[in-house]
Amino acid sequence: MKNLTRLILLAAVAAILAACGGTQTQPEPADPEPVQRDRPPVEANPLPPIDDHTKKENLNREGSLLTRRIIYFDFDQSRVKPEYQDVLNAHATYLGANAGARVTLEGHADERGTREYNLGLGERRGNTVSDLVDAQGASASQLSVVSYGEERPASNCSDESCWGSNRRVEIIYTREQ
Amino acid sequence: MKRWLMAWLLAVGTAAVADDEVVIVIDQAGEAAVPIAVVPFAWSSSTAVRETDVSQVVTNDLSRSGQFRTLPLEDIIERPTRVADVNYGTWRRLNVDYIVLGEVTGDAVIGYLVRMDLLNVTTGDSLLSLEFRSRAGGLRYTAHHIADTVYEALLDVPGFFRTRLAYVTKARKGDKDEYSLMVADADGFEPRAAVRSSEPLLSPAWSPDASMLAYVSFEQGNSSIYTQELASGQRQLVASYKGINGAPSFSPDGSRLALALSRSGNLEIYVMELASRRTTKLTNHFGIDTEPAWGPEGRYIYFTSDRGGRPQIYRVEARTGAQPERVTRDGEYNARASMAPDNSQMVLVHGNDNSYKIALLDLDNNLLRTISDGPLDESPSFAPNGRMVLYASQRTVSGRRQGVLSAVPIYGAASAGQTAHQLIFAEGDIREPAWSPLRQVNN
Repeated sequence: MKNLTRLILLAAVAAILAACGGTQTQPEPADPEPVQRDRPPVEANPLPPIDDHTKKENLNREGSLLTRRIIYFDFDQSRVKPEYQDVLNAHATYLGANAGARVTLEGHADERGTREYNLGLGERRGNTVSDLVDAQGASASQLSVVSYGEERPASNCSDESCWGSNRRVEIIYTREQ
Repeated sequence: MKRWLMAWLLAVGTAAVADDEVVIVIDQAGEAAVPIAVVPFAWSSSTAVRETDVSQVVTNDLSRSGQFRTLPLEDIIERPTRVADVNYGTWRRLNVDYIVLGEVTGDAVIGYLVRMDLLNVTTGDSLLSLEFRSRAGGLRYTAHHIADTVYEALLDVPGFFRTRLAYVTKARKGDKDEYSLMVADADGFEPRAAVRSSEPLLSPAWSPDASMLAYVSFEQGNSSIYTQELASGQRQLVASYKGINGAPSFSPDGSRLALALSRSGNLEIYVMELASRRTTKLTNHFGIDTEPAWGPEGRYIYFTSDRGGRPQIYRVEARTGAQPERVTRDGEYNARASMAPDNSQMVLVHGNDNSYKIALLDLDNNLLRTISDGPLDESPSFAPNGRMVLYASQRTVSGRRQGVLSAVPIYGAASAGQTAHQLIFAEGDIREPAWSPLRQVNN
């Protein structure tokens, strides 16, 4: 899929170059077609498809899976739910294509249970995400895990909706390329 | 219920003085409490301004311990300051078993002399007749000393009124959080910041001589462990490995630190020899192993592990890590054990998914009993004499949750008090309490 996208892009670029080359060797038409001249630059240098997760342009682009940076967990669990598979896949693809990119995975827990055990739980969540991203194409050297346990809640209240938002791994890009 | 609103005294020292206020709420003492009257001491000093109400401090100490029921000041009609003036019948009619009386002489320049007597009202016997010398500014400490002496004379165990508490506060300063590792007297007075940070601080642990704290700080982004000498403020970074550096705990002889590290890729218990910084790995399991606590004799290390699925307390041999053995059997969540000084029981966090309470586990018969109401109680530790348990809990004030410290009296292996008292700070959250060992006399 990735390679196919690349081929299509290459073909498009080649076609544009060929067209330009043609205008150099042939006499200029007396009445050039305005359509070609006014071709908007966005088409000459188009944004990659939104699902091309190798591209930096898509890293912070609205609608891209790469902008989804938080994975939520069930209580006392570190298993990644299937609904996050695509998101992790996208980040793995990006990291695989951008060897200079670096990610910190911040693991968090809700306030229930002891602080030190929750540090362990946050790390275990971070490690689970790290292993999945690694297995899908990133390299281990691009990933680091830090656990904050229950010390940095996303929201501060005391019911399940709030606890659910605190049990998370945050994907933080420390270097984008 | 009695309430005291106490303003901080000015503390002398290198560390910053907190400008907070603390409210101490004491519930009524239980049935087992000893009835006692502390008669207001005479202030016979040539220094006109009374620096400390000595008898009031003694009353508060005894009352807060949960082991004594003190006669309210308004019921103390006769106020003898010498044994010869005591009318025993009056005190018998007031249903007290003991009275304390005394007098402060001397002055702020040459120092104070505090004379005190402890009398058995029933027999008329004199149990204690002592004099305490105190420099200016030291009367509060002397009052704690007197309370310790009364406590030990009547209960036959040392008191804990001259010990200290370490705890962490979290307050909002502008748009940032400020975490402070605080050290205060056992009654909450003279709190001083040992460390302040905009990043989380947690898990303070005392050295056995009460001169140092070990703690976890996130100031470098990741968790790391520091030790800090309290008198000088000097601190050392002792563990800053990749991964978690957590849960420090001094060995009973002070030479080693048990800690939880994940530098191997998984969280395990280690012991570090402090002089050489050499570490020995004690556990080796894919589960989470953390929260090591030494048995008082230093032979075993108790720790939390979820190797069986959910967190439970296990123990290993402290030298070698040999023979891991599960200790807790009751309930789905048991964590963060802390041993009683006499090794007969441990205190821990006992919970299910929605409620976490403090529980005592009797190690002889394996009986577990909760001693707090939850729902989010944690970080329990024993007073150094084993007669009180201090822990962190939460209360809701006008819809806002606030972390507070609570303490509950322990009346021996089999029973604990029904009610706890609370140390509540006016601003911010208070959490992660740790009770110091008995302190070296430094007055």
